[in-house]
Amino acid sequence: MSKKLVIHSAWCKGCGICAAFCPKNALEIVKSKVHLKDDALCIKCGLCELRCPDYAIYVEKEEE
Amino acid sequence: MPSKLIENTMRVNRLPHIWCPGCGHGILMRDVAQAIDNIGLDPDKVVIVSGIGCSSRAAGYMNYNTLHTTHGRAIAFATGVKLANPELTVIVITGDGDATAIGGNHLIHACRRNIDLTVVVFNNNIYGMTGGQYSPTTPHMEKGTTAPYGNIDYNFDIPKLAESAGATYTARGTAYHAQQMTKLIENGIRHHGFSLIEGLSVCPTYYGRKNKKGSTIDMYNWQKDNCIDVKKAANMSAEELEGKIIIGEMSVADKPEYTDMYMKIIEKCGGNK
Repeated sequence: MSKKLVIHSAWCKGCGICAAFCPKNALEIVKSKVHLKDDALCIKCGLCELRCPDYAIYVEKEEE
Repeated sequence: MPSKLIENTMRVNRLPHIWCPGCGHGILMRDVAQAIDNIGLDPDKVVIVSGIGCSSRAAGYMNYNTLHTTHGRAIAFATGVKLANPELTVIVITGDGDATAIGGNHLIHACRRNIDLTVVVFNNNIYGMTGGQYSPTTPHMEKGTTAPYGNIDYNFDIPKLAESAGATYTARGTAYHAQQMTKLIENGIRHHGFSLIEGLSVCPTYYGRKNKKGSTIDMYNWQKDNCIDVKKAANMSAEELEGKIIIGEMSVADKPEYTDMYMKIIEKCGGNK
């Protein structure tokens, strides 16, 4: 099973909680929306998903 | 596309919600949804009841049987729902003002009865929706629009209040400690009796700005640095605990539940035949 980080940009309010508490510093806020800097940095831990107040970012498990 | 959890538990066409950027309420609402999902409750048997205020918008977003009631009266409505249909899981989402000021009496009397409700108080330390007036949980000498020189009232400790009024499960979590908060709500729902879980939220728009708490991130960092788990706090001195907030399970007790006792009375009097 592989995991993928998904950003649902329409719901992002740019508060920056996900980026601030990302253990790998893989996220950034550009023009009030979250962006993944580089997929290689992301370890798909899902802490951003737990703390996103707007449900705009999450880790999806993909069945192979 | 939102995540599976959100699709399964929320009214997605009502999202994004109206809460301000960085508001902790969204995190706490997700924790409630996650707890219900973890237990695997039938959504048709779950009722979310809310009052009035920022917190109480949650009933509009969550995809269960929901009841958005009058200010402070969420627990009173929930008591009626539970007594009429004891098989339902009734969860009340309320705010600090809704639960402890306007609805203070309903809260203590529901605690006293030990009726099987789970009350989750989204505590942002202020009345957010109406413009930042101080509430019963605004800390001593902190500011609100109605306390520009500092609030001289002392704030409630909600789990302690509930415990002394008779609640049989009390706990406190925070928006920052999302995993723990989910677990506390889960335990509260599983508990047969009155459960109260206080969830410390973050209000960057009013409480944060009025009290110069810095950025949204500073406010979450404050929770991270100043909230101590109850087990760890047991080994700390009063000096070390100065200015800290204790989180975790505060009290669990075993006492007959209200609807059970009520059904026994009905049986005794020959009803339900």
